[in-house]
Amino acid sequence: MELTQDKPIFLQIAETIEDGILTEIFKEEEQIPSITEFSTQYKINPATANKGINLLVDDGIIYKKRGVGMFVSKGATDLLRKKRQNDFYHTFIERLIKEAKKLNLSSTDIIAMIERGYDYE
Amino acid sequence: MSSIVIENISKNFGSVKALNHINLELTEHKIYGLLGRNGAGKTTLLNLINNRLFPSEGQILFDGINIENNSSIQNQFYFIGEKSLYPDSMKVKALYKYTKMFHPDFDETYAYKLSEMFGVPLKKKLSSLSTGYKSIVKNIVALSVNVPFVFFDEPILGLDANHRELFYKVLIEKYIDQPATYVLSTHLIEEVSNIIEEVIIIKNGEVIKNESKEALLDNGYSISGPTGLVESYCSGKELIGFDTLGGLRSAYIVGKPDENIPQGLELSGMDLQKLFIQLTNI
Repeated sequence: MELTQDKPIFLQIAETIEDGILTEIFKEEEQIPSITEFSTQYKINPATANKGINLLVDDGIIYKKRGVGMFVSKGATDLLRKKRQNDFYHTFIERLIKEAKKLNLSSTDIIAMIERGYDYE
Repeated sequence: MSSIVIENISKNFGSVKALNHINLELTEHKIYGLLGRNGAGKTTLLNLINNRLFPSEGQILFDGINIENNSSIQNQFYFIGEKSLYPDSMKVKALYKYTKMFHPDFDETYAYKLSEMFGVPLKKKLSSLSTGYKSIVKNIVALSVNVPFVFFDEPILGLDANHRELFYKVLIEKYIDQPATYVLSTHLIEEVSNIIEEVIIIKNGEVIKNESKEALLDNGYSISGPTGLVESYCSGKELIGFDTLGGLRSAYIVGKPDENIPQGLELSGMDLQKLFIQLTNI
């Protein structure tokens, strides 16, 4: 992952871990890399990495074992999928419609494209 | 918690006011970015903190005690600047030994480990090192001295991309292992932006921003679109500056964006480099 400057870094760290969990790179009940590893890998201040990880701890996606490390919670994948489904409209659909309007594409046009795309993926 | 308090400091060189009534506090275990354009007064400030220059006005305190000519305080600071205080004919190895004499907590093993990682030619004289390796050797010493406050003045001067990456990585590792306060003075903002926690921006000898990087970026955004639309959006808002390209304008604004952004306008976050350029333009 490349960090971008148009979004807070701690959110990008949280999203990277979320993506890792959703794609099962990080499996439930398994350990994820430490704050040190995230900070040095992405060359970010450890306080920033910590803040991103704490978002996930607060949401119950990961948990910390004192002196051992951080682990993916049981049920985290379902939890994340629900959360991302809720965000889907805001993250993707709103932008899709905005762009479509710029290009004079109707909702029927978009639906046709989505149906076509779904068959290929 | 130890801290350095800079109280109402001014420094004049003849009729030139290099620093003008500066107030700052540097606290323990933080990474600061001391940012400013060339000639803004960054190095003068670092020289004052490290007793290489003395203020025309004001004072600098460490845990409440004036730092001026106080060697037990200075032993807790380490400053690497452009000017080297070592004899040119000294070899890198000898420099490490010499540093150990003055800074008993200097970790020679760690310095040798870093030297190997960076490929430092240990048997060469300091004077025969390339600009890049001169910076690297100074950085290695600064990372190995183990004092609570370390000041880097343009630490990546002359370093190639690989060595810069390695330097940032090593700096973070060290900071996590043995927390200290690091002050990075630089005009290469994009590179240090993710590392620093606190931002100090100096312009023409005055501190114009001094806050956490997050708060600073959180309280600003940019909006772009057709000039007319952007202008009407900006009215009544605190504008830092803008760029124009044909009929397209990007405005940089202090505060939080409106709930509803009018159709045709694009909202984006503020990044440190953009903000810096807008704030320090004449």
